[in-house]
Amino acid sequence: MVAGYNTISLGTGRKEFNPKKPRPGLEEYIREAGQGVLKQIGGAKNVDESVIGNFIASRFNRQGNLAAFMPYIDPDLRYKPAVRVEGACGSGALALATGIRSVLAETADVVLVLGVEVQNTVKAIYGADILAAAGWAKDRKEGHAYYFPGKFSDRAKAYQEKYGKEKPREAMAQWYVNAIENARLCPTAQEYHNSSEELQSCGMMNPNPRGFVDSLNVYDCSKVSDGASAIAVVSEEGLKRIGIPKSEAIEVIGMGQAEDDITKPPDDPTILATTREAVRKALESAGITKEQLGTVECHDCFSIAGILAVEAIGFAPHGGGAEFVIQGNTKRTGKVPFNTTGGLVGWGHPTGATGVHQAITIWEQLTGKAGDSQIPITAERPYGLTINMGGDDKSLVSIVFKKAE
Amino acid sequence: MNYTERLSNVTVLGAAGKMGSGILLLTALEMVDLSLKPENRGKVFVINAIDVSSEALAGLMRYIRAQALKAAEKKTVQLRAVYADRADLIDNEEIIMQYVDDVMVTIRPSVNLEVAYNSTLIFEAIKEDPELKVKLLSQLDKNNSHKPWYFTNTSSIPITQLDEKANLGGRIIGFHFYNPPAVQKLVEVIKSAHTLPEVEEFALQYAKSLRKVVVPSADFAGFVGNGHFMRDALHGIGEAEKFAKDVSLPEAIYMINKVSQDYLVRPMGIFQLIDYVGVDVCQYIMSVMNPFLKDEDLHSDFLDRLIGQGVLGGQFSDGSQKDGILKYEKGRPVAVYNPDTKKYDLISDFQASCDEKLGAMPRSIQPWKSVAFSGKSEDMLKTIFDEIKTMDTVGARLAKEYARRSKEIGLQLVADKVAFAEKDVNTVLLTGFFHAYGPINNFLD
Repeated sequence: MVAGYNTISLGTGRKEFNPKKPRPGLEEYIREAGQGVLKQIGGAKNVDESVIGNFIASRFNRQGNLAAFMPYIDPDLRYKPAVRVEGACGSGALALATGIRSVLAETADVVLVLGVEVQNTVKAIYGADILAAAGWAKDRKEGHAYYFPGKFSDRAKAYQEKYGKEKPREAMAQWYVNAIENARLCPTAQEYHNSSEELQSCGMMNPNPRGFVDSLNVYDCSKVSDGASAIAVVSEEGLKRIGIPKSEAIEVIGMGQAEDDITKPPDDPTILATTREAVRKALESAGITKEQLGTVECHDCFSIAGILAVEAIGFAPHGGGAEFVIQGNTKRTGKVPFNTTGGLVGWGHPTGATGVHQAITIWEQLTGKAGDSQIPITAERPYGLTINMGGDDKSLVSIVFKKAE
Repeated sequence: MNYTERLSNVTVLGAAGKMGSGILLLTALEMVDLSLKPENRGKVFVINAIDVSSEALAGLMRYIRAQALKAAEKKTVQLRAVYADRADLIDNEEIIMQYVDDVMVTIRPSVNLEVAYNSTLIFEAIKEDPELKVKLLSQLDKNNSHKPWYFTNTSSIPITQLDEKANLGGRIIGFHFYNPPAVQKLVEVIKSAHTLPEVEEFALQYAKSLRKVVVPSADFAGFVGNGHFMRDALHGIGEAEKFAKDVSLPEAIYMINKVSQDYLVRPMGIFQLIDYVGVDVCQYIMSVMNPFLKDEDLHSDFLDRLIGQGVLGGQFSDGSQKDGILKYEKGRPVAVYNPDTKKYDLISDFQASCDEKLGAMPRSIQPWKSVAFSGKSEDMLKTIFDEIKTMDTVGARLAKEYARRSKEIGLQLVADKVAFAEKDVNTVLLTGFFHAYGPINNFLD
């Protein structure tokens, strides 16, 4: 993979964001991210096909048939194949997986993969209805007004009932602090402008069940975001065609996909079992162990999901994720830096774009292009891992990367 | 008759006015919330919205719809539980729309007073005219066999006078909301000499359900709120008139408005506040209060002159500010009315020279918003007034004089037993006028 490009993640927190003023639409984001990649790879003529990942523009933007926006990026994409994939918040990595499969099948050498979501078209209370489609529609009536925060609040509650109230809360606050500190180093991050000196106390704020959910506060949540991310998935042949040296690219070493039954609640709400399975497959197919991971981009749609992901990868035993985070192991200076550009809590969560954004962050880190966000990558731990999740631990894609040369 | 029964048939008189519309909204929401309780299923709740203008009632219904929508969006978490047994309502949006519908079907707009003859509770929010109020209340009471209770929103007329002249036998209480009722936390509750204890008890329960802050006031014309505001306004007008010997009147008004807003850390300057309430409304309230005052003439020739020239202020139906003593663009004053030329003089033409006359601003001054919501306003205000105390600029002197007068007015209200305690005066200014501090304080001691 090579030539990533992120638009800014726009929404509350960004200085440019004013809910009362007109903002760029779906097509502007698609075009900006798409052209951002095409410029780096010698133009659209080099592209064999494209994949666009998006969750639910049909409701946020009254727009379907998104594959037909690919030629809008560049006329040279007219009449070339394009496909749109959807797996809720995991749409981005599903788009990557689709591109990777094309390259592996040798039906394409250069695939433009793009993820996009524009969510600030409705108020949060209505956005919650739309995003609830990532769960089982028949469960909606019983669900919380803020359906997904409700689901992960239930997980947080179960975790706190099992492992104590204080430590998990402290870990969730620490997760938020890490996310903002990292986002401040990344100019496209939604929390880039965050200058609060009270991060820790914000994170420790008591949940407000009357206005929101029982066990999470607003700082535990990922952002409502508009944004797009794009990257080129290329074969070795493709790399030659676009004239970029291997050293600028990252290689997909392994991939794990896993799907669970959307109609079933989790067997154990304190465990992300599908995530665990996807990561296991990814590491196995890469032939590496978790100890070789230099950095991880995990799907922290809520801070508790970040902590559970730490456990799902195996960095800590069940119930030990909170302590692992509190000890600073996931900070940018820690043993395994997580979400080095802020993750979903700090960088933002334009749902369909997130999986692609994660791959771009790994590409930047492994090839030394991360700017102020750059962390050192050592020879002992040269690998990067992404985990992208659709729904409540339902549609999972995990990918292992390494610098190509 | 219990609380719920009392609230099952209600009328708001003057419902399309700026106070009436807020009272209608809050009461309709309270009634709908009652109607959605399991024990009240199947019961009919009606609130009549009576006003003289059909056109205004149409605008009122649009306002209520928009506000009910906002209210529903804010409490969707609770509404999902309330509508849990409605299998047809799944998305938040469906639940929110159902709630808005439930509010709208409870409200019956009408230009005919007769619909109020079946009500058990009547809110009165018509023009501040004692004779008109007495006439309407008498007519209603003669034709309504339910012995209804009356909540009057008068801000200045003694309740005992209304009670006796309309022959209501103590079935009335002063329940004075602040503008806008949906936002301001304060209600002044005023008993007449005859108010029945059960009426007061209901009033307090109703205020609590609406999460209002209640300040009791003695039944004296103007009560606490206008007792302070009208005198405060006259002080401001007087200061401007004094100043106008050296500069033009618009310049003087600009300076006093600036001092009363920026130096005193208030949400708006005194002339903007007069415009907000309405120049004519202020004059009218003074004229209602004045006959009850001894040794004091609550009256302004300046306001008379403005009204004579058609300068009225007040608000448009969407809540935006009409031009009055000041002219507004996007809610901000940009010019000041000059009664000599009958034109507005642009503030930008004289702002620099006026600011120079006022002298350097105290360095510690911050806008009202940053102080009031800082969570440490007491400390910030102490710093600001400590600095003002040591300064001898024209602006600082005016500010000190203004603050002292404001405190004096507050203390006088307590001495005259209009307010029952100093803290009540402060609560009224904090919650009814949104000030960052009460007028009775030690900042300048």
